[in-house]
Amino acid sequence: MTAARLDVDHRALMSYLGAWALSACSPEEAAAVESHLPECARCAEEAHRLRDAVGLLHHEEPLDLDPGLRARVLESCLDRRPPKIPVPEWAAAYDTETARLDALLQDIQDAEWHAPVRLRWFEGEKQVGRRTTVAGVIGHLMTVDGLVAVALGLEDPLGARTPAHLVAPDARTEALWNASPLPQTRSVRRPWREQSHRLVSALSLESDRSAALDVAYGGYALPLRDSLLDRAFECWVHAEDIAGAVDYPYDPPKPRHLNGMIDLAARMLPGVIGQRRQAGLGRGVPEPGGVLHLEIEGAGGGDWYIGLDGAAGEAATGPGRAVAHVALDGVEFCRLAAGHVQPREAAAGQDGDMDAVHEVLFAAASLSRM
Amino acid sequence: MTPGTPRDRDRLMRDRLLDGEAAALGELYDRYAPLVHSLAHRVLEDERAADRVTRDVFTHAWERPGDYTPGERSLRSWIASLAHHRAVELLRATGAAEHAVTGRGSAEELERTVHRAATAARADYIVTAMPAPLRAALNLAYHQRRDHRQTAADLGVSEEEVRRRLRLGLQMLATAGAPRPPGAPSAFSGAI
Repeated sequence: MTAARLDVDHRALMSYLGAWALSACSPEEAAAVESHLPECARCAEEAHRLRDAVGLLHHEEPLDLDPGLRARVLESCLDRRPPKIPVPEWAAAYDTETARLDALLQDIQDAEWHAPVRLRWFEGEKQVGRRTTVAGVIGHLMTVDGLVAVALGLEDPLGARTPAHLVAPDARTEALWNASPLPQTRSVRRPWREQSHRLVSALSLESDRSAALDVAYGGYALPLRDSLLDRAFECWVHAEDIAGAVDYPYDPPKPRHLNGMIDLAARMLPGVIGQRRQAGLGRGVPEPGGVLHLEIEGAGGGDWYIGLDGAAGEAATGPGRAVAHVALDGVEFCRLAAGHVQPREAAAGQDGDMDAVHEVLFAAASLSRM
Repeated sequence: MTPGTPRDRDRLMRDRLLDGEAAALGELYDRYAPLVHSLAHRVLEDERAADRVTRDVFTHAWERPGDYTPGERSLRSWIASLAHHRAVELLRATGAAEHAVTGRGSAEELERTVHRAATAARADYIVTAMPAPLRAALNLAYHQRRDHRQTAADLGVSEEEVRRRLRLGLQMLATAGAPRPPGAPSAFSGAI
């Protein structure tokens, strides 16, 4: 073979070395490479090096991170160097729940983003639903978190041209879903996550001012600190919807955070009982000043006393005149408040005035929304 | 919106860590914990030990964010090199302790184990940091067992381009095993 012929072989065959090392050539091409190697020290050396490199590729999927590791690592860091700008205690549940959901999203496959999810909540006396996908749920969380963003003076994820009246969470969500003819994809994860990071950062930097703000939901408003608890609660509830759709395990929030969510629901119950009564849905005539003893069992539980006479905002601080008693597990109570469990089917121990029990269980379910 | 270039973002993150903003630490964890944990796991092959490395790396980044110089390298590569060093250090210490207690293994064997583990971890990092088109070609050819013609069809590029990507990707990967000059973590330098 002439030197010129060898040179042509060399140039052509050298370009095959990567494919050859990966066994991604046809048998003829592989044979041509292999007959060239003994003639050419340079190609032989590279071929050897690239074959070794193939051995460094590996099949194992990365392990899922222990979801509890985040809290342990951050706590250990903050113990060693206390933060100058801490995350306010009232935002900790939101910070944790968004991180937990993001870890779940990290692990799911492209196709699973399109898995069907049925959102369920209560309207009046009955459960209603709406079909969407995993990606659609994240879009929903993002647009409703956007109400907090707007309250903090940050950008609205629906865009600057969002009509000012578009504040109700369900209307905002429908606006997002309808904005594109194509279904949402996993690309929604990043803007959702970046917004949740921005919220936590913004309210940490101005925690005093933030704590005094109200978030308008259309029809009602919540103080920002309660709104963050509510968003943490929604994040967990929808993470469970997603986990169910893609068949992943998902734990309840840690007891301290669960307790905050239950407390928020308990504080909102008297107002909802009043609204139900105004709407003619109330049952029985409550004794003035009467309360229901709500006993939440399990981690994160406690005792709450729910005013029954419709005086919103009047937090009952003690047993007072308890006319009824309801006992249920904390996670079950949250599922009731999420509209995922029917009031009549909630696994609750109950005694005393059955009209009061009925009112509190239905009011809890009425806290739910899309 | 997060402003500017990746370099601006890295600088902003460092400044927020210097300011002592706890929310920045949370974001740093969310962004890099999977990378740190998987590098550590590749070296140590132990879940608890990888958790410990993860804790140590974020503690370092939180306590001494000034050690990171933006512009010299990416924040990602700095974090990866912290993880790599800490994991190798732990592997060496664990191996030495086991030797002292049980008398099993020699210093040479331990060094070989450390070298093997460190190479594997650098290779993983190189794969995650290489340009996406190279990674996609390697993934199809290696993990999906597609030949270079099928890979070209899958990616919608010429066969010649696929051969170039496969070769270049493997050349990058091959640097993982190169002996390092003292103190220079070869795979983690530069912008990737």
